[in-house]
Amino acid sequence: MKYKIIVLAKQVPDTRNVGKDAMTEAGTVNRAALPAIFNPDDLLALEQALQIKEQNPGTSVGVLTMGPPRAGEIIRQGLYRGADTGWLLTDRLFAGADTLATSYALATAIKKIGGADIILGGRQAIDGDTAQVGPQVAQKLGLTQVTYAEEILKIEDGKATIRRHIDGGVETVVAPLPLLITVNGSATPCRPCNAKLVMKYKRASCPAERPAEPTAYDYLYEQKPYLNLTQWSVADVDGDPSQCGGAGSPTKVKAVQNIVFQAKESKTLSSSDSDVEGLIQELLNEKIIG
Amino acid sequence: MKNNVFVYCEIEGTTVAEVSQELLTKGRKLANQLGVQLHAVAAGSGITGKVEKQILPYGVDKLFIFDAPGLFPYTSAPHTDILVNLFKEEEPQICLMGATVIGRDLGPRVSSSLTSGLTADCTQLEIGDYEDIKTHEKYTELLYQIRPAFGGNIVATIVNPEHRPQMATVRSGVMQKQVLDENYKGEVVIADVDKYVPDTDYLVKVIDRHIEAAKHNLKGAAIVVAGGYGMGSKEGFDQLFQLAKELHGEVGASRAAVDAGFVDHDRQIGQTGVTVHPKVYIACGISGQIQHIAGMRDSGIIISINTDPDAPINKIADYVVVGKVEEVVPKLIKYYKANSK
Repeated sequence: MKYKIIVLAKQVPDTRNVGKDAMTEAGTVNRAALPAIFNPDDLLALEQALQIKEQNPGTSVGVLTMGPPRAGEIIRQGLYRGADTGWLLTDRLFAGADTLATSYALATAIKKIGGADIILGGRQAIDGDTAQVGPQVAQKLGLTQVTYAEEILKIEDGKATIRRHIDGGVETVVAPLPLLITVNGSATPCRPCNAKLVMKYKRASCPAERPAEPTAYDYLYEQKPYLNLTQWSVADVDGDPSQCGGAGSPTKVKAVQNIVFQAKESKTLSSSDSDVEGLIQELLNEKIIG
Repeated sequence: MKNNVFVYCEIEGTTVAEVSQELLTKGRKLANQLGVQLHAVAAGSGITGKVEKQILPYGVDKLFIFDAPGLFPYTSAPHTDILVNLFKEEEPQICLMGATVIGRDLGPRVSSSLTSGLTADCTQLEIGDYEDIKTHEKYTELLYQIRPAFGGNIVATIVNPEHRPQMATVRSGVMQKQVLDENYKGEVVIADVDKYVPDTDYLVKVIDRHIEAAKHNLKGAAIVVAGGYGMGSKEGFDQLFQLAKELHGEVGASRAAVDAGFVDHDRQIGQTGVTVHPKVYIACGISGQIQHIAGMRDSGIIISINTDPDAPINKIADYVVVGKVEEVVPKLIKYYKANSK
């Protein structure tokens, strides 16, 4: 069987290793200090898609992302690993989207693409940790969903058998295609970039990523059409601007605060026997420990 | 009367999840503040007569029970349609659910269908007013959905001015559960499931399921001994387990220690793990990233053992022991044994 697969992927600031300069003095996030990376869970989703492609020749894998022009890098990262194509949704009207407006944009683009047999995405993105976009896309498209997937065990007779994480355990479910699957952090890590594919696609780009003035490489985009990545605006996907970006977001940020913990008056002790014994005695005397 | 506060109660077999009872307790307070009722929804198989006593005492005015064979184990579509169709009739102003695997599977589908805002993993919920800075429109008595963002480096207050219900998920252990009245008189409505859930919803079949009983009670422990990346290894944690055993406590860990494989994932304390409120928290070799502190800051007495006198966690500690964990912990065990009898 050949399957048409779309992988939803997001370019995110790497919030896992935030240093001291991650926040500006004004208390806002200093995006420039954080490297932009392929959202880790989305990479795991890509790996599941590529495995299905290997087991089912003729299967196509496309990477769909939304973001500023530089998010085209996410599509290239997908191509380097074995994806066949990609789409970048980029438009000022998409900016400021909460999860609901994001899911509207992605669902609209998926309709434009003509749907898919399997839509895969990471369980959640590390910049928001909400895990909402996948299920919200599924609902908008009226699709069945399986979240927190750890492994796609098999796909046959139009049904996928999937092992998924649940609170306190695991379960195995059988779900009919078409299907949206979100992939849990415990799934198989993604393969590295393939050197040949890097050579093939390193100049692949969306029009918005290219410099305005002519460059020495412009002829390549005529010679090798696969280097032209698809870039869509709200109008290109027949989207309703009032449902996109900030305008289409029911949630509003009222306030953002830097976290400041109330410092306590603390007692500093050494690791000497007398200090440690004194601490234990104090805790026992005050019945803090029994 | 409409515009009430709703809580979706998660059910394993016939047992209501603790996180749902925590949210009922919070929901009762919000409903009091707003002068509305607290309603609860329970969906499962063979739950009628079994879940009422686990729900009503938290001050629930009306409980909607959906009881049908296909509703347990949980699958997305039937539970989504229950909430979507019930909410179209009841028009709640607030809906709370656990930030569990189920809540995070269900909440987004319901919000997507009703075009309502949903905020994940809230750490505080309050009622307050809001003025839109662009339109200058004023809104009163909105739900403030307060959550850490950006890897825990900032706290954002989110509101949903226009859309209803205002939906939020909250992790287990963040709110505290408290029975309001064992004999609280709430109305029980047994709903006609077929009216809410079409047959075509039962598409996903659960063919195998393993739930392990929790190996520990970290969330409810009175004493927590937590280790950080500085513990160095799985073996390094052994002494923490010894100390925890002596003190009748539990062992927790920072995200870095869990990621390094020193202890199981379910012992992670912090914004993306368990939130604990012990009487005593002993932080061993934990520097105190914000994301960790978010899960233990409400502990009674905080003891930090760290070679670095300037470790961020020391700021919120009551006692700071400057020294190596592998020296201090055996001494704690020794002097506890010597002095406690």
